[in-house]
Amino acid sequence: MIVEIGHFSLVLALFIAGLQGTLPIIGAHRNNHSLMAVATPAAIIQFILILGSFIALTYAFLVSDFSVINVASNSHTEKPTLYKISGVWGNHEGSMLLWALILAGYGAAIAAFGENLRPTLKVRILGVQALIGTGILAFILLTSNPFLRLTPAPVNGNGLNPLLQDPGLAFHPPLLYLGYVGLSLTFSFAVAALIEGRVDAAWARWVRPWTLAAWGFLTGGIVLGSWWAYYELGWGGWWFWDPVENASFMPWLAATALLHSAIVSEKRDGLKAWTIFLAIMAFGLSLLGTFLVRSGVITSVHAFASDPTRGVFILLLLIVTIGGAFILFAWRGPTLKGAGLFQPVSREGGLVINNFLLTVAAASILLGTLYPLFIDVLKLGKVSVGAPYFESVFVPMMIPMIAIMGLAPLLKWKRGDFKTAIEKLKFAIALSIIGGLFVWILIDRASAFTSLGMTISLWLLTATLTELAGRIKLFRGPLSESINYLFRQPRASWGMTLAHAGLAIAIAGITASSSWKVESIQIMKFGDQVNVAGYNYTLKHVREIQGPNYKALRGTFIVNKGDDINWVLEPEKRFYTDPVMTTTEAAIRPTFLGDLYAVVGDRDEKSGGYITRIYFNPLVPWMWTGAIIMVLGAGISLTDRRHRVGAPSSNKIPAPGIPAE
Amino acid sequence: MKRKHKRLLFVALGILILAAAASLILFAFKGNIIFFLSPTEITEKSKKNEISPQQRLRIGGLVEKGSLTKGVINRFKVTDLNKSIIVEFKGLLPDLFREGQGIVAEGRYNNAVFTASEVLAKHDETYMPPEVAEALKKSGKWKPTLEK
Repeated sequence: MIVEIGHFSLVLALFIAGLQGTLPIIGAHRNNHSLMAVATPAAIIQFILILGSFIALTYAFLVSDFSVINVASNSHTEKPTLYKISGVWGNHEGSMLLWALILAGYGAAIAAFGENLRPTLKVRILGVQALIGTGILAFILLTSNPFLRLTPAPVNGNGLNPLLQDPGLAFHPPLLYLGYVGLSLTFSFAVAALIEGRVDAAWARWVRPWTLAAWGFLTGGIVLGSWWAYYELGWGGWWFWDPVENASFMPWLAATALLHSAIVSEKRDGLKAWTIFLAIMAFGLSLLGTFLVRSGVITSVHAFASDPTRGVFILLLLIVTIGGAFILFAWRGPTLKGAGLFQPVSREGGLVINNFLLTVAAASILLGTLYPLFIDVLKLGKVSVGAPYFESVFVPMMIPMIAIMGLAPLLKWKRGDFKTAIEKLKFAIALSIIGGLFVWILIDRASAFTSLGMTISLWLLTATLTELAGRIKLFRGPLSESINYLFRQPRASWGMTLAHAGLAIAIAGITASSSWKVESIQIMKFGDQVNVAGYNYTLKHVREIQGPNYKALRGTFIVNKGDDINWVLEPEKRFYTDPVMTTTEAAIRPTFLGDLYAVVGDRDEKSGGYITRIYFNPLVPWMWTGAIIMVLGAGISLTDRRHRVGAPSSNKIPAPGIPAE
Repeated sequence: MKRKHKRLLFVALGILILAAAASLILFAFKGNIIFFLSPTEITEKSKKNEISPQQRLRIGGLVEKGSLTKGVINRFKVTDLNKSIIVEFKGLLPDLFREGQGIVAEGRYNNAVFTASEVLAKHDETYMPPEVAEALKKSGKWKPTLEK
């Protein structure tokens, strides 16, 4: 019964979304207030209906109602409760329902908290959001209905793919969707502004917090997925340039560019058409990602089992949504006049160049990701584009970007002075060059690339800190005054400092872990020792243990280095029965300089030992720490008064501490 | 600087970035496009000496039942039910690797052995990589039931 209510409520939501997508837009056009008044309640009702539907599906998973096909194929009575719940979005149908829920959730948030938005803009945003919702809900009901029944109901379900039974992956999809789908809202903002023909500083100010929220969630989601791949797949790698990973990375690059171009639109009344374009592209890339993952057109380790009708439907949705938006853009775009051109040497000049670099980088990834598809469609054979392509294209573009990223915050708006900025940065320049040389001479003479990576990481960190020091007038007055300034920094400035510094730390981790990884594969008998990166690993024993819904082989390594280190690492190889599958659980011990990483494999019949794989992954914890700092930066920036939704449009003088010169 | 000059500077910079990106892409495409071949195609091409030992390739097919010997170097055969190829892979095989299942391997082919640097099996056990399905269709051994 509850399942039918959920199904019915989803159908109702589709109708409400249809109404919300048409009436308010017509109303805003004709200046009919009663039609416009539909938007706010409709957005909230639509959200409540989808929420009801989502709760009904969750309930079916919790009570293991196997008369529902979706539950029967993805759940099992013996599964721990957390994974019964995460099983809801651990499959195609349920995850689309989560997509729709988040989409409607963002709409409801605008309905509830957007009272300061211009009324016509608000109802148009809600209208566009509902049009996307109509498409997604129709997609779910027509091709991917999670509420279909199964008769007779099986005694037990197939179970959830054990690789997905993991706390990291339980929360990876919701976070990722909060990011992906959050970009729908910036898309709706852009389309609504195009319909209205008005993009001003106030518009940019309204868009920024939502972009920032979506960006923060997307960053978190990608990192969580990457972290999961790192410890769960047992290869010691964390990024494979797999099409599905690229599908989440491209919207991230676009959102990063959007985040910065919206600042220029707000502060300098420029880059308006570009900001709108990026908002459309960012969501377009999100939809493209959804298409790539769900249609099975591309070989990826993450692809869902596919059904061609779904692919066609999403492709149509993509074409209608993005095509429609671009036609509107072509029609209305030319009317968006900005304040004119900037000085090349100015903060906005730097932001423009970096925006361009980010976009070109995203485009080159897009090309590499879709290339196999083109070749296949043209019947020129089956090819794939390997990770080296992406590395050799993406990395060189990021080097100038990071150089400018350190410099631009020290340039003033409108007219920056290159000489003064370099003067301020001489310490940062010296330190990063010395750091790079140090790495080259003392650690790794083989790779100029690694030293370059460390140089740009140090440059970004020191330049970001120099900028902070300048803002709080460090060493230019009494220290107490500087500390005072430090605490009075606006939170948005903190956000920038943290996000940039976080990236610098992450780059150090990325560079080190891809250059200096130590790997050792061998057969070990009990008592055997192996030395990896200065640590002595002794395999003590391998025992069979019983988990809640699996059996496992647990290897016990004793790790020694000198006299003070005596750690135990216990990797597992788990055997699940529903469905039949084995998974690897790497044992990881993070240290300041890197992760100790051990995996136990199969028993070698000949020697009676076990195959073991031991890694030392240098600075990997820095990568995760840097990423967490970036997300933290987004979070802190969001609490800034200036970023409140619909903040009053009076342009207040910024808080003290902004460089006075 | 005049307005015209400023515009020119931005346009020039934009073109410079685009040109640099385009050359990077072309250069990277040259070395990193990996062709996918079925075991039958590899056998035929190597007979005609069309495969160089340095060329990176992808092969796909089913892991032949009873062909797997595990160890530090794993050996198994990949088949399209017409021809099969010996594959060697150093390291731990992915968790979803099983005999009879569709896999894709990337590596180099030399002296009738395919030395894989990467073996891909899917996270989803009911999923058949499109390339594997393709390889089976080419060899004429495709059965719709395999799709499950």
